[in-house]
Amino acid sequence: MITFINTIGRTVILFVHEVGAVSTLTLRAFRYSNRIWKMRRLIIEQMLDIGVRSLPLVIFVGVFAGAVASIQTAYQLKGYISFNYLGAATSVAVFIELGPVLTALVAAGRIGASIAAELGTMRVTEQIDAMEALAIDPVRYLALPRILSGFIMIPLLTIVADFVGILGGYGVAYLNLNLPAEIFFGSVKEFFTIMNVMSGLIKAFFFGGITAIVGCYVGFNAQGGAEGVGQATIRAFVISAALILLNDYLLSLILF
Amino acid sequence: MIEIKNLHKSFGGKAVLRGVNLTIQDGERLVIVGRSGCGKSVLLKHIINLLQPDEGYILVDEIPIRKVGQKDLFQLRRQFGFLFQGAALFDSMTVSENIALPLNEHTKWSKTEIAEKVSEKLSLVGLPGIEDLKPSELSGGMKKRVGLARALILEPKYIMYDEPTTGLDPIMAANIDKLIVKLSEHLQVTSIVVTHDMQSVEKVADRVVMLHNGRIIFSGTVDEMNRSDDEVVHQFVTADADGPIQPKPQKYLT
Repeated sequence: MITFINTIGRTVILFVHEVGAVSTLTLRAFRYSNRIWKMRRLIIEQMLDIGVRSLPLVIFVGVFAGAVASIQTAYQLKGYISFNYLGAATSVAVFIELGPVLTALVAAGRIGASIAAELGTMRVTEQIDAMEALAIDPVRYLALPRILSGFIMIPLLTIVADFVGILGGYGVAYLNLNLPAEIFFGSVKEFFTIMNVMSGLIKAFFFGGITAIVGCYVGFNAQGGAEGVGQATIRAFVISAALILLNDYLLSLILF
Repeated sequence: MIEIKNLHKSFGGKAVLRGVNLTIQDGERLVIVGRSGCGKSVLLKHIINLLQPDEGYILVDEIPIRKVGQKDLFQLRRQFGFLFQGAALFDSMTVSENIALPLNEHTKWSKTEIAEKVSEKLSLVGLPGIEDLKPSELSGGMKKRVGLARALILEPKYIMYDEPTTGLDPIMAANIDKLIVKLSEHLQVTSIVVTHDMQSVEKVADRVVMLHNGRIIFSGTVDEMNRSDDEVVHQFVTADADGPIQPKPQKYLT
C-alpha cells in the first residue's frame, strides 16, 4: 500500500516538475520577444522547415482525410438526408476537426520529433553547452524560432489542409455519387461560417505551439548518446500527440 | 583570478566532486590531471556555470558566478573561451559560420570585419582558407583547432581546454600543445587544461593539480609531480598498472 502511495506521489511530483519546467522554457523563450526582428533569418529558416517542407505530407493527409470524411458522411446520409448536403457536412468536419487535428498530428510526427532529434543530438554532442559557453542563450537562439514557427505555421498548414480536404471530399463525391460541383460547393458555401474556420485555426495555433514547445523541451533534456536521442524523438511525438488530443477536447468544450 | 571553494557535486548518488578547493592565478597555465571519469570536465564546466554545484562556490574575479543573474552570467561568459573535448562544432554551419557566430550575436561589426577576424583566428590556429568547409569534412585535429579558433574569437581572458589532445596522433597532439603555449604567451591569457596525457602536461603546464576521489590531492610544478612521494600521484605519473588506483572506476558515496 505504502509503495503504491509512494509511486503515486513520485508520479505527481514528476508531473508537476515537468509542467513547471516546460512553462519556464516557454516563458524564457518569449522573454526574448523584443529580439524577434534581429532573429528574423533564423525564424524564416524554421518557418520554411516547419511549414513549407511539411506541405507535401499535409496535402497528402488533407486530401485523404477529406475523401474519407466524404465517404463516411455519404454512408450516414444515405436514405435519410439528401446528398445535396454532403459538401456542408464534409466541410464542417474538415474545418473544425479533421483539418487542425490531423495537421497537428502529422506535425507532431514530422516536426516535433525532428526538433527533438536535432536539439537532442546537439545536447549529447555538447553543442548546446558550447552555445552557452559562447554566451548565447540556446533558448533564444534555438527554441524561440522553432516555437514561434510552430505557432504560426501549423495554422497556415491547416488552411491548406482544409482547402485540399474539401477538394478531396468533392473528388470522392463526384466519383462515387456523381454529385455536381455546384451542388457540393453550393452547400459548402451555404453552411460556411467564419466561426467554424476560426475555431479550427485557434485549435491549430495551440497545437502548433504545443508540438514545438514539447519538441524543444524534450530535445534540450535528452541524455546519453544515440539511444537517448532516439528515446527523445519518440517521447516528443507521444507527448505532443497526447497533448493535442487532450487540448482538442478542452478547446472544443470552450469553443462550441 | 578564479577561486573554487569547497565544491561538491553528485550525479544520481555518485559523488564526483567532494570538496574541491583551487585558486587559478591570472596568466598561469594550469593543468588538471586525473583518471578518466574523475570529474575533471565536471570541474571545468562548473567554472562557467554550465553545471551548478550542490555545495561550495566559485569566484571569477571576485564575482560569485552562481549568484549573478542570467544576463550578467552571459556577459561574464564572454571572458571565457572553452574548447570542448569533441570540439562541439555546430554541424549545420560552415567553419566560418561557427567561428563568426559569437561576433554576429554580440557585436555590430560589418560582414567584412567579421570575415577578417575569422580569417585571422583561423591563421592563428594554423588553418587558413578553410572557411567554407563543414565540420563533417574536417579531421579530429582540424575540428579541435577550429573549436579553438571559435573559443578565441571574443578575445577571452580565460581559455579552458577539455582534453585537447585526446584522440589525436602524437604529431597533432604536439601541435595542439605548442598552440596552447603560444596562445598563452602571445595573448597573455589564463589557460586551464584538463588532460590525462602526461606528455602534454610536460609541455604545457606551469602548475599541475591532480584530482582523485573527488578532491585535489596534488598541486605543484611538473618536476614536483614527477618527484612526488604520494603513491597515487606516483602511480599516475609512471602509468603503473599496480598501485592504489583501481582499474575499475569507483563509486564514491557521500
